Formats: sequence, C-alpha cells, structure tokens
Amino acid sequence: MIDLGLYNYWIVIALMMSGLYALIARGNLIRKLIGLNIFQASVFLLYISVGFVRDGAAPILAPDVESYSNPLPHVLILTAIVVGVATTALGLALAVRIHGAYGSIDDDVLDRQRD
Amino acid sequence: MILSHAQVLVVALPLLAVPICALLPGRRLPGVFATLVAWAVLALALLLMQEVSAAGVLRYQLGGWAPPWGIEYRLDRLAALVQLLLALIAAVVLPYAARSLSDEVGERSGGAFAALLLLLTGLLGIVATGDAFNVFVFLEISSLASYTLIALGRRRRALVASFRYLILGTVGATFFLIGLGLLYALTGTLNMDDLAARMPPLAGSPAATTALFFIVVGLGLKAAMFPLHQWLPDAYAEAPPAVSAFMAATSTKVALYALARFLFGVFGLQQLTEVPMLQEGLQWLAVAGMLGGSILALRAADIGRILALSSVAQVGYILLGFALLSTAGVAAGLVHLFNHALMKGALFLALGAMIHRCGGGELARLEGVGHRMPWTMAAFMVGALSLIGVPLTAGFVGKWYLVSAVIDQSAWWLVAAILVSSILSVFYLWRIVEVAYRRPAVMPPRAEAPLILLLPTMLLALANLLVGLNSSPLVSWAEAASLSLLGTGS
Repeated sequence: MIDLGLYNYWIVIALMMSGLYALIARGNLIRKLIGLNIFQASVFLLYISVGFVRDGAAPILAPDVESYSNPLPHVLILTAIVVGVATTALGLALAVRIHGAYGSIDDDVLDRQRD
Repeated sequence: MILSHAQVLVVALPLLAVPICALLPGRRLPGVFATLVAWAVLALALLLMQEVSAAGVLRYQLGGWAPPWGIEYRLDRLAALVQLLLALIAAVVLPYAARSLSDEVGERSGGAFAALLLLLTGLLGIVATGDAFNVFVFLEISSLASYTLIALGRRRRALVASFRYLILGTVGATFFLIGLGLLYALTGTLNMDDLAARMPPLAGSPAATTALFFIVVGLGLKAAMFPLHQWLPDAYAEAPPAVSAFMAATSTKVALYALARFLFGVFGLQQLTEVPMLQEGLQWLAVAGMLGGSILALRAADIGRILALSSVAQVGYILLGFALLSTAGVAAGLVHLFNHALMKGALFLALGAMIHRCGGGELARLEGVGHRMPWTMAAFMVGALSLIGVPLTAGFVGKWYLVSAVIDQSAWWLVAAILVSSILSVFYLWRIVEVAYRRPAVMPPRAEAPLILLLPTMLLALANLLVGLNSSPLVSWAEAASLSLLGTGS
C-alpha cells in the first residue's frame, strides 16, 4: 500500500502537517513561529528530494563521474532559506515588541484586549 | 544605452535607492528622496508602456544569460498595464507619505521610506519577471516590507495585525512555493514561457492539478480571496494611512496579476478546463467574497475597516472576471483591477487626511467631517460613487464589462450577485456619508487638510472621473492584453 521507497516524501508530509498543526493550534506566538519554520523546512526537503538523482554524485565537476544530482533545486532552496530566516527574524522582532506593548505573547490574551 | 535597460532599471532603481534612503538623516529628507525615485520609476514605466504598445512583448536577459538558464524579464501588455498602475500610484502616494508617514514615524523616517521603496521594488519585480521562482522571491520581498510598514501604525494593535499577517502571508508564500516545486519536478523548467509550452501534455495529470491548487491557494491568500482575507481588515485599518492607501491600491492587485499570469500564462485554458472544480470553486469564492465582504463592512465601526472589507468584495469582482475563463471576463477583471486601485487609493488617501486632522478613523470621531473638510470629503465622495459603480466614474466601467461578460455566459445568478453586492456597498458607504454630513452640536472650525495631502487625493479622485468619462484606451488595452494572454496560451 504505502511505498516506503519514497520515504523522504512521507517525511516531508509528516513535517508539513505537524508544522501546520503547531501554527494553527498553538496560542503562543513563538510556538507559532516554530511551527512556521517546521512547515517551511518540509518544503525545503521536498525541493531537495526532487533534485536527487539515483546514483548521482554531488554536483561538483570531477573527471570520472557520469551522472550528477540536479543542483538547481539546492540553489533555489538556498534563496528560500534566506527568505525564511528574514521572515523568522522579523516575526521574532514583532513578538518582542508585542510583549513590550501587551505584556504577553499569548494569542488568546491579545484577542481579549480591545485596543 | 540606459533606455535599452529600462525594463530592468524600473525594478533596480527603487532597489538601489533603498539603502541610500535608509541612511538619509532627518525627518523630511527621506520622503522627498523616495518621491523623486517614484517619479523616475513612473517616467521609466511610461517609456516602457510606449515600447510595449509598439513591439507587443519586450524581453530582457538578465546578465546576458539566455533562458531557460538565465532569468528572463518579460513585459507584455498585461504586465505593462499593471506596472504603469504601480508606478502611478507610487508617484501619487509618495509625496503624500512624505508628509503623513514622516509625521507618524517622527525623526529618522529613513527606515520607513526604505521599507516603502522595498515594497514598491517587490511589486514591480513580480510584474517584470518572466521566471516563476523569481515571482516567489519578489513576493516575499514585498511581503516582508509590508509587515514592517504595518507594524509602524500608531496603535499597539498594529503589531498584532502585522504578526498575524506575517504568519498567514508566509503560509501563503510557502503554498505557492510547493506549487512551484511540483511544477519544476514535472517540467524541469521555471521560465514561464517554457512552462506554458510543456504544460499541455500534462493537462489533467494529478501532479499538475495539485500544483495548480497550491498556487491558487497561495496567491489567493496574498490577494485576500475570501475566505483567506482574515489578515486584511486588521492590517489595513492599523497601518499608517499612507501605507494603507499604497497597499490597498497595489498589493492585492499584484497578487491577482500573478494569479492571472499563472492561471492563463502558465497552466493555460486547456489545463483549467480539465479541472471544472477549480472554475466552479473560484466562482463560488468570488461570489462569497462579494457578498461576505460587503455584509461585514455593514457592521464595521471604523472607516479603515469598512474600506478594507469592501476591498475583499472588490477582489471578488476581479476574481469572478478571471473565473469566467473567457477573453471578455479576463479583460473585465483587468479593467476593474486597474480602476479599483484608483478608487481605493483615493478613498484611503482621503481617509488619511481625515485621520490627520481628527486623530482617528472611527465613525464616532468623524461626525461633521464633511463640513470641516469639504474638499477632502468631496474627493471621498467621488471615490465612493466610483466604488458603487455609478455611471461616469471608473467603477462603472469595470462593472459594466463584468456584467456583460457574465451575460455572455448566461450566468444569471452571477448577475444577481453583482447587483446585490453593489446595493450593499451603497448601504455601507451611506453610513460614512451620513456621519460626515451630520451637523454636530457645536460646529467645528473649518480645517481643510494641508495641500500636500489634499492634492494627491484630488488627483486620484480626478483619475476616477477621467477613466469614467473616457474609458476606451484602458478597455482596448485590457482587451488586447487578455486576448494575447488567453489566445496564445503564453
């Protein structure tokens, strides 16, 4: 039934779901950010899995290597990681400011404040 | 020499200006500098518009690398129209922001204007590029800049609004990224033209359909497609007024542009018709947005929220145009996309001027504002009439073409939905008009907004009337854009 030969994709799906779950179910803003990071990491893994070529070597030119893994997804994901880092940094900075303004980083507490 | 690179310069210029702007000292200087940059961008956009109308499609290979290895910038009629819209709105809003935003931020406003220019860069980049992954990068550049700008709002609520937008916006962008990854795995390319050429054999394959849904949901989140709009009312109501005006006029429009580009320019009609669920789903969501946004706006207590929720409804109209999957429908969507930017820009700028004088945008605070600030309120009224879709205003043009495109397909329930939503908009805008002209017990002194806030507002209001009086250039441009987008499948 379940093809375990593609186990990396199952890991991607498991990480994706747990990340999304943490993002939605947790009230603490920091935990939400952690969930967001797990969610993003699962997509990074998806791209890297796509770039893998069976029996392919690392994409570095060498004299007697015939097949290489596809380096392009790695490059793309490098960019996406940078974007993710920037997002996390901004999110954390906002969480600090929210804590300063409200004295709490719990979503439910923030919802109860009217202003 | 410079002109042959205009296609890239229009993105590179504001990007290069960002660090300079961030370092500029003082309260006024960064705003003036950013304004000059925006005017230069407008000049480039006008130039490019002229070239596109002569040549059809402009292509530029970044760094001289031919696609599919290098990134290609590609400007067709559709992109040129949205690019001009962005440049126009930036050129009008930035002088306004030079006064209003720097008043809100105080000393050292360099960072705020740098973020505003970065937002402009990101939006222009999405429009300029012909590379699918590049769209993701620019989407995130513009989003990160928006989160920063929203957090600059006066009340502490702005921080929460910004954080929630950050979480949802990033989920949207990541969904989009998943879709791109699947597309790349299927086709081995990220160049949009290449993708379009390789999609037809894959029409209806489960992986392509999955990619399609991920991309639609991801971009739908950024475009505030109902019910993915939850971030929008808070964000627009809490952001500094000049930022709300700029974002309301541009951000969701560019996400809708990207959606149209991917739906028709990458997946193509053949693929879309293989998935009837998508068309039906989009139509239902568009109608739900048109009605839901308007109903929610009836109950909001703050003008910023009313306008923001009305944006959710207006996004519904544009989406409906796209979801008809016909040339006339897409053209109507584009016309309304352009006009909605003009009206929401005018409305939010007028609101900003009122907030500047009255200290807030709550309905209760703005009693009698029509007597106090007659010109500002006049501009607001023009925007409001345009939003309702009264003849001789821009809003009428878009709705007219949308209704006729819907009638072409004999979808009468959609006609009914458009009419009901328009009537609802009369009611929620009437609430503002009533408060504005209600005479308070003590007549407040007349205090019109400063000229630098009033002029841009009047300009955009005037633009609404101009487009309403002579819509043929816009309409014929949009029709040509829609024809080339759907006709060739690229």
